[in-house]
Amino acid sequence: MEELSQEQFRIIGIEDNGTEHSARKKVGYWQDAWRRLRANKIAMAALVLLILLLLMTIIGPHLTGYSYEEMDKASKNLPPSAAHWFGTDELGRDLFTRVWQGGRVSMIIGLFSAAVSTLIGVLYGSISAFFGGIVDNIMMRIVEILISIPYLIIVILISVITDSKDLGTMILALTLTGWCGTARLIRGQILQLREQEYVLAAEALGVSPFKVILKHLIPNTLGLIIVGVTFDIPGYIFSETFLSYIGLGIQAPATSWGALASAAQANFRFYPYQLFLPSLMIALTMLSFTLLGDGLRDALDPRMRH
Amino acid sequence: MFRYILKRFLYMFITLFCITAATFFLMHSIPGDPLSYMAKKLPDQTRENYYEKYGLNESVPKQFGIFLKNIVTEFNFGESIRYPGRKVTETIVEGAGVSAAVGFQALFWGVSIGIILGVIAAYFRNRWPDYLIMFIAILGVTIPVFVFASLVQYLFTVKLRWFPTTGWGSWKEMVLPVITLALGSIAGYARYMKSSVLETINQDYILTARAKGVSEFNILRRHVLRNSIIPAVTILGPEIAAVFTGAFVTEKMFGIPGLGFYYVNSINDRDYTMIIGTTVFYAILFVAVQLVVDILYGVIDPRITLTKQE
Repeated sequence: MEELSQEQFRIIGIEDNGTEHSARKKVGYWQDAWRRLRANKIAMAALVLLILLLLMTIIGPHLTGYSYEEMDKASKNLPPSAAHWFGTDELGRDLFTRVWQGGRVSMIIGLFSAAVSTLIGVLYGSISAFFGGIVDNIMMRIVEILISIPYLIIVILISVITDSKDLGTMILALTLTGWCGTARLIRGQILQLREQEYVLAAEALGVSPFKVILKHLIPNTLGLIIVGVTFDIPGYIFSETFLSYIGLGIQAPATSWGALASAAQANFRFYPYQLFLPSLMIALTMLSFTLLGDGLRDALDPRMRH
Repeated sequence: MFRYILKRFLYMFITLFCITAATFFLMHSIPGDPLSYMAKKLPDQTRENYYEKYGLNESVPKQFGIFLKNIVTEFNFGESIRYPGRKVTETIVEGAGVSAAVGFQALFWGVSIGIILGVIAAYFRNRWPDYLIMFIAILGVTIPVFVFASLVQYLFTVKLRWFPTTGWGSWKEMVLPVITLALGSIAGYARYMKSSVLETINQDYILTARAKGVSEFNILRRHVLRNSIIPAVTILGPEIAAVFTGAFVTEKMFGIPGLGFYYVNSINDRDYTMIIGTTVFYAILFVAVQLVVDILYGVIDPRITLTKQE
């Protein structure tokens, strides 16, 4: 074939009469989702509540001047008062400080576990779906085996084995199989996306598989991932509560909402506020994450557009 | 179908083997050995006897072989380390019976009440019954089980004095644990059924049925319920798992001598043989239940083919 050169082509004119421009401002996917989320009053209330809770876990422990591990034998089990806004516990520690300090730990556990498990799950799921065939088969069999073990039993087992009660091992225990659900979800989504033309185009242009996954496939599952994370975080916070109750939770004097609630549960008839306050925080966090997740699902679901 | 079941059975055994092996080797990888804590102060000879009694003088892989053989041939999980003389298998069988009595009732009430509430919520969408039911459902997923159990105990035993706080034996002692355990299932099913029913109601065949003059009750019974219950079977597996693990807390709170109670105690006692035994038993139970649910799913809905058609 003859070599084609620039000179052989000429511009025969482009008419720009403005018909190709849309009259209204362009609204992208995220802008559109945000607009829809803002219209959802319940989800917005949940979001505000959540931001408040997060803010309090950051600044709350510094508001009273008490330290979360500071004991005061003279003021044990005091009811809420001006000096101790949430009262004190059986060792005379200020509960307001402890509730927010505990909240910090609970939030960290929830956020980190969700982040770790999402990261692993997304990578695992997308690799499995993208390569398909025998790779997919083996990878999914492994997930099936892991997922068929009761989740909390694994968490308990890892906690017993590591026998350390610091944050790191706890997050490890919680995420060890926690990512399996995400992996399945993402795999399903990517199996569909993989058949799209733009993936074919990218592959035809010689883009490497990992780049296709990272640049084209994962960004298109971002909505799903975000919704998944909002439901995962409260799930992990809840699991932590459970671990605390059966004695595998965070070790004193460090604390978490679950640890506070389970410690208060024994004497709850005499000091109901000690159980009520951390439980309320757990419930509010669970509630706001769940409602926000519902709202996000509606906002990010492309089928709900228009 | 037969091939599918066979395949699933094979997977089940692989899964169980993996779980058993992982549990066993992980538990034995703990620094020291299960007995070191107990036997520290014993004279050398006694200690050696103890090690021999529990088979801990062998190498770990060999111990695993013996352990597996004992399970497969005689369902024997060995003896408790913390309470010498107590057979793990006996404890498991006794505990499982008690747990099953509570668990099945909780599951039965949880699923049926949850389904009914879900249908009501869907039919009264955006009216007060819907809001009330969804409030209950949200409560079920936002309050930790032990907090809910405390409240229930306080209300019904301290305030109203209807039921005893803890204990096991009469039906009265079963009511509160069943309520506590059922809450999760009620919440899960109410939410799931609501969306499932809402989806079914808008189908064309409901409109057709209505156009033909089928009574509202028959539409509900024949068309709506049938079609919306099927997807609800899928969450039966996770619900059962939740009842299993919920039992850890509930049984401890109400002092019920069930499997969960022993499991939590064995964790607190670091009773290694008990932990291994109960974990493996839970895994067997759980995997078997999942298999049954999956097969059931295929039987209930003829539209679902479990095997890929070539």
